[in-house]
Amino acid sequence: MSEAPALLRACQVTKHYPGTLALDSVDFEVRGGEVHVLIGENGAGKSTLVKLLAGVEQPTQGYLEFNGRAIRLESTRDAAVAGIGMIYQELSLFPNLSVVENIFMACERTRGGVIDRKAEEQIARGLMKRLEQDIDVHTLVGDLPLGCQQIVEICRALARNVRVLLMDEPTSALSPSEIEVLFRVIRELKATGVGIVYISHKLEELMEIGDRVTVLRDGRLVESAAIADVDVGWIIDRMSGRRWAPPAEHAECAGQAEVLRVEHVHVPGRVHDVSLTLCAGELVGVYGLMGAGRTELFEVLAGSRAAAGGRILLGGSRMEHLSVRERIAQGLALVPEDRQAAGLIPTFSLGRNMTLASLEAHARHGLLSRAEEDASASRLIAQLRIKTTGPAQPITSLSGGNQQKAVISKYLLTKPRVLLMDEPSRGVDVGARAEIFEIARRLASEGVAILFASSDLHEVLSLADRVLVMARGRLSASFARSELSEQNLMAAACAKAESLHVNAQ
Amino acid sequence: MSTHNEVIRRVAPAGHHRINDLLFRLRALVALIVLVIIFASLSPAFLSSGNLMILVKHVAINAILAVGMTFVILTGGIDLSVGSIAGLAGIVAGGLINTGLVLPAFGVVVYFQVWLVILLAALAGSGVGALNGLLVTKFSVAPFIATLGTMYVARGAALLISNGATFPNLLGKPELHNTGFAWLGSGSILFLPVPIWLMAVVGAAGAFLASRTPFGRRIYAIGGNERAAELSGVRVGRVKLLGYMISGFCSAIVGVIIASQLMSAHPATGETFELNAIAAVVLGGTSLMGGRGGVGGSIAGAFVIGVLADGLVLLGVSQFWQIVIKGVVIVVAVLLDQMQKRFSWRERSS
Repeated sequence: MSEAPALLRACQVTKHYPGTLALDSVDFEVRGGEVHVLIGENGAGKSTLVKLLAGVEQPTQGYLEFNGRAIRLESTRDAAVAGIGMIYQELSLFPNLSVVENIFMACERTRGGVIDRKAEEQIARGLMKRLEQDIDVHTLVGDLPLGCQQIVEICRALARNVRVLLMDEPTSALSPSEIEVLFRVIRELKATGVGIVYISHKLEELMEIGDRVTVLRDGRLVESAAIADVDVGWIIDRMSGRRWAPPAEHAECAGQAEVLRVEHVHVPGRVHDVSLTLCAGELVGVYGLMGAGRTELFEVLAGSRAAAGGRILLGGSRMEHLSVRERIAQGLALVPEDRQAAGLIPTFSLGRNMTLASLEAHARHGLLSRAEEDASASRLIAQLRIKTTGPAQPITSLSGGNQQKAVISKYLLTKPRVLLMDEPSRGVDVGARAEIFEIARRLASEGVAILFASSDLHEVLSLADRVLVMARGRLSASFARSELSEQNLMAAACAKAESLHVNAQ
Repeated sequence: MSTHNEVIRRVAPAGHHRINDLLFRLRALVALIVLVIIFASLSPAFLSSGNLMILVKHVAINAILAVGMTFVILTGGIDLSVGSIAGLAGIVAGGLINTGLVLPAFGVVVYFQVWLVILLAALAGSGVGALNGLLVTKFSVAPFIATLGTMYVARGAALLISNGATFPNLLGKPELHNTGFAWLGSGSILFLPVPIWLMAVVGAAGAFLASRTPFGRRIYAIGGNERAAELSGVRVGRVKLLGYMISGFCSAIVGVIIASQLMSAHPATGETFELNAIAAVVLGGTSLMGGRGGVGGSIAGAFVIGVLADGLVLLGVSQFWQIVIKGVVIVVAVLLDQMQKRFSWRERSS
């Protein structure tokens, strides 16, 4: 494998943006039949490099070589013609079109100028079969869960017979079984000589699928090595530029008073008869595969989705008829799963995003007080260690991890007694992820009850005092910290419908 | 998603950047100043107090509409009914003054004092605005369609009330205590006509509401990301409804001013006003996607349109060319908005 010639090579590429240097003289190559992993903290320049390779942006200095010849990619179309495909981290699908229409968008199979729907359907079904997915190709993409949408995105690249495939965090929305399928497809592509550039924050994943790894930091190349020669610690050291220490043991739950009680919550087809309780200062994980009903459960608790039945009590008082706003006022807040779609106001500055849920607390006689808003924002920027030039910085120019911290800050300013966090580390790099965990632990130690959903086993294992497992809309198990193991969790998450009924009191 | 903000190695000095940015955001004001300088140097009559007074009185009508429209557009909506609401409000005011409120059930006719007439007309306008808001929020009708519908309904209602005719001579009768309606359109306070004061008051109140109150912040939040706003506890439906009501209220004020200026209420008053108001808002830098812009810009935009029309007349430019130029200016404004979007997209896409 190491003797294969480079398929796509970036030579001394530099990228300036107004005001900053995003990439500084980086050399990078991917050979046919290998998976080259690109890793670095947010802001390290990974996405910029991939965008150069995909033709989305052009280098300020340096050049690209494809098959040993210098090429210039003016657009993604040029890249597609050359055989370079890209799977974006933020899905770039058309929710209003069907699966098959999405797959062949801008490369329609035609016969006599008319779209050849039969041929398209056939190819699409073939791809689904190859990926072992049971998705009807006529479904609207907007009706599919996130994991399936990612599969469609992959089909889209495959339908174009790519020679180089760039994948920016392809697994961030996938469940373990879907990831397994994806990895099988990646290996299959490798065998046919496709070169793959793979970005992910999940280190275990990289160790499993990668052949080579390149670490970027602050726009510069730190080191490249064969995966076989390195371990997780090596990668983290180079990413962060500091020594890596395993996570500290965390404090046992103080076992204080119950703050949240959920009884027999039911959402037709999504959540079935879920009951649970949460104590002050407790950090409880909800583990489950994609589609297990975690997000729906959280939305019901937060008030943004209607339940068909059940009771929700916060500190003894009924919540189920209250609006999102009233629940926030009572101290029950949800940090939503999809930061871009549900967490951020992209037109707002960092500071304004932070105070949006607590405007009344920052107003005097009905007038917003800029001084108080700035004070709150600055306090949380310091507390959560958000990397920013200040509250006035546009939220969209922050990295994913810092954006996530901003969303968390927004809800912290509402002084929650119970904080629900749906996939709090989705699309966040390793460093920021550790910080977000630390924030969660600190909040818990200050007495906030935290319920977080995750589909990442390690996240649940390392963070939670107690883990509830959901499968097919039901709670299938509840584990105390001492009973936690990967096997237990996986078994409960994949439990069959008959055996599902647990009340996690 | 990885961004360059953490690579804090500045290539360009920050101050320079900020001034450009500011000029770009205040582009309507910059355009206005440039236009005034050009017309003043080409035509000595332009800066005469008589001309300026007429100019500003004209602008006031469109500016008040544009202030209300801004609240709707900031939420990502649009209000096509403002012209019709102005017409309806004028007719309501005219009818109340000339024929009074006829209550057949009690066999009485009620006449109101002028300030109550104006209040009732404003209530009628806000009511149509509330109808717009309910259609958009409760029934999820697209704003374009909902307000297109109420545009026809309000216009039809105005025609029905007046039976298609004009209410002339809105002088009122001393014995009915409803005289003095002319003051609103033709009176003056401290040498300035009342409509100009109204524009100033509506503009200042609108700007204040948008930029300094929680309500204003929520209007912007909804335009930026409605779902995130909702999950932050913003009552999206209610805030939008209020936005449409503000637009209806402003439209009614305009209708009453026009009726007062003409001393008669005509049911066709306000036709195509909605387009001028939207043009002013867009010229002022408010994005039609919502979330970006402001009341001040819209007023500047209304002035740009007014100054352009007035100046071109003074220069003797053909009326047909005036229309073409107005169209070009609007398209250029939208192009600038696109540039801004691309600019900010580039900033965050690194």
